[in-house]
Amino acid sequence: MANQNTEFADYERNEEASAYILRLFITGASPNSIRAVENINTICEKYLKGNYDLKIIDIHQQPELAQGEDIVALPLLIKKAPGTERRMIGDMSDTNKVLRGLGLPELN
Amino acid sequence: MSITKPKKPAYPTLPKTPTGITGLDEITEGGLPTGRPTLICGQAGCGKTLMSIEFIVRGAIEFNEPGVFVAFEEKSDELAMNVASLGFDLKKLQEDKKIRIDHVHIDRSEIEETGEYDLEGLFIRLGYAIDSIGAKRVVLDTLENLFSGLSNQAVLRAEIRRLFHWLKEKGVTAIITGERGDGNALTRQGLEEYVSDCVILLDHRVINQISTRRLRIIKYRGTVHGTNEYPFLIDEDGISVLPVTSLKLAKQVSTDRVPTGIPALDEMLGGKGFYRGGSTLVSGTAGTGKTSIAAYFANETANRGEKCVYFAMEESPNQIMRNMRSIGVELKKHVDSGLLLFNASRPNMYGLEMHLVAIHKIIKKFKPSVIIIDPITNFINIGSISEVKNMLVRLIDFLQEEQISVMFTALSLNTIVNEQTDEGVSSLVDSWLLVRDIEYNGERNRGLYVMKARGMKHSNQVREFVISDEGLNLIEVYVGPEGVLTGSARKQQVLLEQTGKAIHTHSIGRKDREIARKRKVLEAKISSLNSEYESVEEELNKVYLEDELKKEILEKNREEITRIRRGAEDTNKPAGGK
Repeated sequence: MANQNTEFADYERNEEASAYILRLFITGASPNSIRAVENINTICEKYLKGNYDLKIIDIHQQPELAQGEDIVALPLLIKKAPGTERRMIGDMSDTNKVLRGLGLPELN
Repeated sequence: MSITKPKKPAYPTLPKTPTGITGLDEITEGGLPTGRPTLICGQAGCGKTLMSIEFIVRGAIEFNEPGVFVAFEEKSDELAMNVASLGFDLKKLQEDKKIRIDHVHIDRSEIEETGEYDLEGLFIRLGYAIDSIGAKRVVLDTLENLFSGLSNQAVLRAEIRRLFHWLKEKGVTAIITGERGDGNALTRQGLEEYVSDCVILLDHRVINQISTRRLRIIKYRGTVHGTNEYPFLIDEDGISVLPVTSLKLAKQVSTDRVPTGIPALDEMLGGKGFYRGGSTLVSGTAGTGKTSIAAYFANETANRGEKCVYFAMEESPNQIMRNMRSIGVELKKHVDSGLLLFNASRPNMYGLEMHLVAIHKIIKKFKPSVIIIDPITNFINIGSISEVKNMLVRLIDFLQEEQISVMFTALSLNTIVNEQTDEGVSSLVDSWLLVRDIEYNGERNRGLYVMKARGMKHSNQVREFVISDEGLNLIEVYVGPEGVLTGSARKQQVLLEQTGKAIHTHSIGRKDREIARKRKVLEAKISSLNSEYESVEEELNKVYLEDELKKEILEKNREEITRIRRGAEDTNKPAGGK
């Protein structure tokens, strides 16, 4: 939890250019959301260390974003850059699919 | 959960939200269930989206209930364009915060599913949209798209179920549209119909190459509703559902009479014409003047300053006007003054029900006191007899409710007097005029009967129906020992009678004179007999007088003799002595 809180704080001010711009939309502290945050943090730390900008947005706090980002299913991870925008939904437990979504080589 | 079930004392009735869609509120007896979800399902192109957007727009405009439209299929701009033709300005309504359109785009190819998820995003999004304008109405068009965009069926089904409950909790009146599933399934997922409180099925069927849109309420929890299939029409004013016909037969009736325009016909109908709001059938074989009777009725209505709609099913308005001018009926001026409206359409232009809806719409708009449908016969081309009859029953019901008099014309196909017209409407109408050909003596003439006229004294006689340059007239036919005579035979008979009369008067004169003569002869005879009698009497009198005289003289003589015998001088000797 402490880790998650730091992430929240991070995304508020971290605006420096990074190769990977990721936005994770979650809904408060639902089990799916918590798992998704944990999983994406792990994946990012492991495969994109230092090369990513991850912002975690609680859509409950900012419901007006839902329409703008065309959000239906949650949790939702949007890869804004590099390359084309990719959307991943779910708790990010399927690491291979997350990696594919991020455009990284899959695990064997 | 508790929001939707307000605790009211003793028999609370289900609150309903009017849709504002013509006719639908009547079928549902008030509208859709307030605060509950309604499913509108049907095949592609049957009008689901239109019906739901009309619900939102009319709610915003007419009932001041803001609405949210969540479009899974069409973009906001496309939607606005599509309904612009109906006169709905979605952009303006959005700016006024009356409605909110949210396009939800889901594309499976753009989404990677990486584990467990739910649709909380949609809930939040919808909740935000609802709260931002204080929406009372919500449309989700079409949830189906969620299933094509996302693969986890189990999650979706559970989430949709949750969505319905959530909508109820929100207290919004919702419409969810759904594609018709395979076979008899109402929806693809077979889910929405169970969680909705009201299910409306739209259908678009083609029968005999004529397409008709129909609507049926499959379920409506907690209320009575019409269960039939009702045709509906999409036109420039949006959707119109044919209102339920009142099957209660408890309509207002009028004792007011409307003249037919033909005085002699009024006379046959007790001198006053038809009842207001009554239905009249004029049937007859081809060329018997049915349209002329109808045109007279229309003309008379307009002359009184009342409005009339003439539904011409066979001839064009100009044709009718030209033809009627030839018998002295000028309809053009009534058309110009706006009292008479012609509506010409071929029966097979659209289905029966569509005709009914179209007639409804025109009547509602124009508010006539008389309508004419000329003829109803051709409806048989586009529906079975029972369908036509059904349609006419509904039309007559509607017209009676509105207190509009109607005149139908119908072509009967054979010359035998039918007990029933082809459309079988004769039992439905209040009065039935039959124009019949009377073929006699190498001539065809028209005879008009009043077959029936409910609730009024009417003539039981056949009248000859004459169409001339001066117009229509009814003449009493000649009924005599030679039967019913019409046309020239009648005229001949009249002439014959006149001749007979002349001869008769002549012969009477002759007889009179002869009698006079005879009287003179007899009178002469009487006078001669009288004088004879007088002479006889005189004769007798003479004898009698002579006798008297004789007797007197004899007496005198005797007295004289006696006196002489006494010896007295007799100075004055009587001269007598005879």
